Amino acid sequence: MKAILANDIDQDLPIAQKDRLLLRWLSTVDHKAIGKLYILAALLFFLVGGVEALLMRMQLAVAENHFLSPEAYNQIFTMHGVTMIFFVMMPALLGLTVYILPLMIGANEMAFPRLNAFSFWITLFGGLLLYFSFAAGGAPNAGWFNYAPLSEDQYSSSPGVDYYAMGLLLAGIGSLTTAINIIVTVLKLRVKGMTLKRLPLFVWMALVNGFLIIGALPSLNAALSMLLLDRLAEAHFFNTTSGGSALLWQHLFWLFGHPEVYILILPAFGIYSEVFQVYSQKKIFGYPFVAASTVAIALLAFGVWVHHMFATGLGNTVNSFFAAASMLIGIPTGIKIFNWIGTMYGGKISLTVSMMFAIAFLVEFTIGGLSGIGFSLVPIDWQLTDTYFVVAHLHYVLIGGSLFSVFSALFYWFPKITGWQLDEKLGKWFFWLFVVGFNLTFFLQHFLGLMGMARRVYTYQDIPYYTILNLLSSAGAYLMGAAVMLLLYNIYKTQKTKIPSSADPWNAFTLEWYAASPPNEKNFEEVPVVGSRRPLWDLKNPHNRDYD
Amino acid sequence: MMKLIIGSEAIFFLCLIVAYLYFWRSITFQREVSANLDIKSTVLFTAILLSSSFTFWRAEKNHHRGNNKAANAWLSATIFLGAIFLIGQGREYYRLFNRNVLISKSEFGSSFYTLTGFHGLHVLIGLIILISVLLLTLNGHLQNKNSTVLSTVGMYWHFVDVVWLFVFSTIYVLPHVL
Repeated sequence: MKAILANDIDQDLPIAQKDRLLLRWLSTVDHKAIGKLYILAALLFFLVGGVEALLMRMQLAVAENHFLSPEAYNQIFTMHGVTMIFFVMMPALLGLTVYILPLMIGANEMAFPRLNAFSFWITLFGGLLLYFSFAAGGAPNAGWFNYAPLSEDQYSSSPGVDYYAMGLLLAGIGSLTTAINIIVTVLKLRVKGMTLKRLPLFVWMALVNGFLIIGALPSLNAALSMLLLDRLAEAHFFNTTSGGSALLWQHLFWLFGHPEVYILILPAFGIYSEVFQVYSQKKIFGYPFVAASTVAIALLAFGVWVHHMFATGLGNTVNSFFAAASMLIGIPTGIKIFNWIGTMYGGKISLTVSMMFAIAFLVEFTIGGLSGIGFSLVPIDWQLTDTYFVVAHLHYVLIGGSLFSVFSALFYWFPKITGWQLDEKLGKWFFWLFVVGFNLTFFLQHFLGLMGMARRVYTYQDIPYYTILNLLSSAGAYLMGAAVMLLLYNIYKTQKTKIPSSADPWNAFTLEWYAASPPNEKNFEEVPVVGSRRPLWDLKNPHNRDYD
Repeated sequence: MMKLIIGSEAIFFLCLIVAYLYFWRSITFQREVSANLDIKSTVLFTAILLSSSFTFWRAEKNHHRGNNKAANAWLSATIFLGAIFLIGQGREYYRLFNRNVLISKSEFGSSFYTLTGFHGLHVLIGLIILISVLLLTLNGHLQNKNSTVLSTVGMYWHFVDVVWLFVFSTIYVLPHVL
């Protein structure tokens, strides 16, 4: 039943002496330490980005408010978007992958440990560089998609956009190298018996996601390079006054930008696929469909970018093509929703905080998906583009999809990462506060959008319903803020009281729970030969093992 | 791993080529191309870069046969040819600077220098890697016949050559075909 690991590390990796804590963290190449660093960095940026969101909602709480100047508001909404997408969701999801994935496939390290450290540090410095813009004369202020020609230096003369381009370029290189590292790790370091058809779904999603990153990020890097050349060397790419093209930026940006939102949701799908199985104590319903529909999403991801550009007037033929392609995305995504519901059906469901976030995801993500399908209809898109309806839609998929998965993963894997269990009761308070606050904030914004309220404007006039809906929306945002405080307190309390957790508190199915909690520096001394999709289940139930 | 890096680099260059073609559609752009670019000397430097792929292939073959002396000679030839190509690119840039074709002058300048510049940067990186490999072998490292270092470096070097074929076709050949 047991085999010695094939891929032992043949020599010790450089680790600084134990008594020099800071140097140890700075020089570590251990995938678990780097995973933790990623998650901590994401948490730091999450708090900053959250404060920015609360500042915006403070400004918008009442009509014709002067809490923030228009200039400050532009910088804050830009920084909020850039921070949350590139320096919260990306590092949180990639960090979880880097931590959990080698454990799940029975490996002791990533394929390239030093490259792993490089990826983390370059991403972090990208984020710090972005925030340095505040000290250098003004943060970027042209929105997270930074449309030309507003981003050119005659319209944005503060150096903010330069820091945007350089910060994202660094983080983009970091994401690319992580993606390469993940793919090679999955393809080369799996334990004996773990064929691609037996990969845990979290690993499947990470693998597909790796290819998606490799396909999408170069387009952003190319666009950012051109933007920097425009701003620093007076090139003409996006400068419309001298013959450049604003549309070229939009094409290149969204050729990256749409796959990017799938890059943020595929790891989330992976997390949910594990969570639904474990807390239903049932194996996934329709494993091949979950895996194959992910590949379909990844392929379709590169054929839908123009639905962000319907308002630019590319003509009916182009619009119709991209509208149809965008609608197709609903099929593989819908399939997965049914897979997860099917997994719960007839299972022994335990409503832990992690599972509650997963179930809430099914509801919220479906709402976000339905408004998304609405946007693929060109006339609806024309009506609603650049309104709060878009803001509502994107937050339903990014918070209700990606962020909920990070919360779900946090409660699921916290015992694995720290050896302690988060307080479930406090966790449930956190869950309800956050979910109620989230829906209050963003559900109402659908109506504001339908009524024509434009996004990215620092204030609004006192028109009927505008003020009351905005006030309620702001109140919801502060509920979410309070919920996050509760989460922080939960983490603080847990590490203070140190309620020890067993090595396998959830009766899980995958190999990361075979290692100690927290894992030793060398993850495994030995790993069972894998004979099915649920190796740990087989070990615990030798007379009722799986054969798939 | 190298294949994945090449994949991402290929998409990066694809974006730059698309940007070039995007601007190339305009008549003024095409007039500038025909007024300033000279395909003849560039054909020569293209041939030189492509022949460096051949010399590298010979270096790799000799390395795997354990014929380290010959491998080093072929490797040196590869570095020499790559350097000549860069000198050729410098010469072309110098000629264009004198004709007042600048990155800040027109869309042609912007997209021409960006596309060829990024390719030149990749040739330069390739040269640095090749020189490192040569120094290592001269000092008695990488003598193991089964080492994959040379074939990995080779993938990158051939890739840089292939990219040039696309860049060359886009910038120099296309105006003569269409």
